[in-house]
Amino acid sequence: MLSKGLKRKREEEEEKESLAVDALWLDPGHAAVAQAPPAVASSSLFDLSVLKLHHSLQQSEPDLRHLVLVVNTLRRIQASMAPAAALPPVPSPPVAPSMANNLLASSDAALSASMASLLEDLSHIEGLSQAPQPLADEGPPGRSIGGAAPSLGALDLLGPASGCLLDDGLEGLFEDIDTSMYDNELWAPASEGLKPGPEDGPGKEEAPELDEAELDYLMDVLVGTQALERPPGPGR
Amino acid sequence: MPSQGSLEVSSDIISTVEFNHTGELLATGDKGGRVVIFQREPESKNAPHSQGEYDVYSTFQSHEPEFDYLKSLEIEEKINKIKWLPQQNAAHSLLSTNDKTIKLWKITERDKRPEGYNLKDEEGKLKDLSTVTSLQVPVLKPMDLMVEVSPRRIFANGHTYHINSISVNSDCETYMSADDLRINLWHLAITDRSFNIVDIKPANMEDLTEVITASEFHPHHCNLFVYSSSKGSLRLCDMRAAALCDKHSKLFEEPEDPSNRSFFSEIISSVSDVKFSHSGRYMLTRDYLTVKVWDLNMEARPIETYQVHDYLRSKLCSLYENDCIFDKFECAWNGSDSVIMTGAYNNFFRMFDRNTKRDVTLEASRESSKPRAVLKPRRVCVGGKRRRDDISVDSLDFTKKILHTAWHPAENIIAIAATNNLYIFQDKVNSEMH
Repeated sequence: MLSKGLKRKREEEEEKESLAVDALWLDPGHAAVAQAPPAVASSSLFDLSVLKLHHSLQQSEPDLRHLVLVVNTLRRIQASMAPAAALPPVPSPPVAPSMANNLLASSDAALSASMASLLEDLSHIEGLSQAPQPLADEGPPGRSIGGAAPSLGALDLLGPASGCLLDDGLEGLFEDIDTSMYDNELWAPASEGLKPGPEDGPGKEEAPELDEAELDYLMDVLVGTQALERPPGPGR
Repeated sequence: MPSQGSLEVSSDIISTVEFNHTGELLATGDKGGRVVIFQREPESKNAPHSQGEYDVYSTFQSHEPEFDYLKSLEIEEKINKIKWLPQQNAAHSLLSTNDKTIKLWKITERDKRPEGYNLKDEEGKLKDLSTVTSLQVPVLKPMDLMVEVSPRRIFANGHTYHINSISVNSDCETYMSADDLRINLWHLAITDRSFNIVDIKPANMEDLTEVITASEFHPHHCNLFVYSSSKGSLRLCDMRAAALCDKHSKLFEEPEDPSNRSFFSEIISSVSDVKFSHSGRYMLTRDYLTVKVWDLNMEARPIETYQVHDYLRSKLCSLYENDCIFDKFECAWNGSDSVIMTGAYNNFFRMFDRNTKRDVTLEASRESSKPRAVLKPRRVCVGGKRRRDDISVDSLDFTKKILHTAWHPAENIIAIAATNNLYIFQDKVNSEMH
């Protein structure tokens, strides 16, 4: 699992970084990690952290310590990368930490939303999976899913992105949604629940490659599942 | 060092190990929610060589998996921590906790039973009254020892987040439980309420950058407790100062070493365990690469730092990738606070003698647990000269981690949990470190 380290000089390492980006973090003895503050983190370390964050958020009940440590590390990496050229895809660096922020914000909100309204919200998201989603940092945490729900506002976004859905009118919007996803399996822990629907984009094959729409979709689904929480117990 | 080792194999991963205050009993908790208690056999004149071995005393199911219907989440039955209460009568009591619920268990022995009831027969059936011609006084007759365990209190609904530690107060009336963001104080006799004494949850969860990782009451001062954080700081709090101890009395934090800075600095500084010394003068903390001894009178830096496995410092990236960097190791003091112990990878565990400054790496393996086996010191080589029995860093098995260790309160007996295996090592020769 750990390969033999190979120490390289700093100048060499910067030249070689573009060639050996993936090898960097597979080579644990690399000077960039061992020595005093590396000026810029490799993009693969960033990707790894985003992947970790993604995995952590996918847990039915994320380990808060793990989540906080990964988010903080990601922030450090992001801060060191900021002066460097923008990395493709450009939106993903700011999205990832704020995605965690939103989860942290909404995970603790005591929601009175019933299952029915949540399922309804999810059906909106299903139809909007390709459209840019308003992230939940606007309103109070408790309304994070609700923010997408108000019918007209959400449906307005349908226009440019997936106009074909509107051809059938509003009723047609829900006709071809695969409702099998909203059966009990949705609420099963961990592995089951969070698969994006059939309309999901091209990002499925390349696992680490999370485009913004997928992140947004996942965010909203997670916010919905995380937002239900028991209020604090007696004595508080 | 010459030692006697024993090995108990559990059907599940051991998640916590704890001696009671006399060391007579050793409790383990596992991932399946079971608690197994071992009892030390008294030294027998007939078999002087089997000095005080630990045998199974009682096994019971402490926690079951639960389903939180509101959040649609399963609550794991894994026992996170066990703490013994000081013994106040013939019975023993302990607290066991999973992520959400703490339970108080009473362990009693029954070695006699009454016989000769007037109204009941031997099987307990009511006698025909017409056959009773005289009265007798029931007598207690000896019977095979039976250990009975019963749940006396269930402290539920006190925690929104996952409980990581519990600690019994020296007043023997209260105890605290800590989760990621809050610490609650309970009275042992009252289950329907608890007092929140620490709350680090920010008003806006987006601002959350730090969580509570461990906490413990001071062994003598019932008003003092410490809690550690994921950022590597320790906060000593005084319950007399305020009802909500958000303002610490003392903050113990070591400034970051600029020459060792990396993106993983924060993760490796996260404190995974904190233990007061028996004397109450010091605290022991464990972070990913070191154990540190802190003097309660000095907040600026630890008085001693011991490297557990510094050869991993250049491998942090890989350890981050495979999540090993998030492993939480515990640490322990010996009875006289002169030696500290902690676990590592490859089923190695380390001991540091604070006086001689010598340290040793030992391995918990089946070989070492054979009777009269001598525990051989191990060595990890980083490169360069390699001796015959050395292990190279690259061949360390990172799936074999010793996270949970415990030291007998008075003698040189240690309990080491290696995944499913519980090793108990006893120093046969003397109590000096070699």
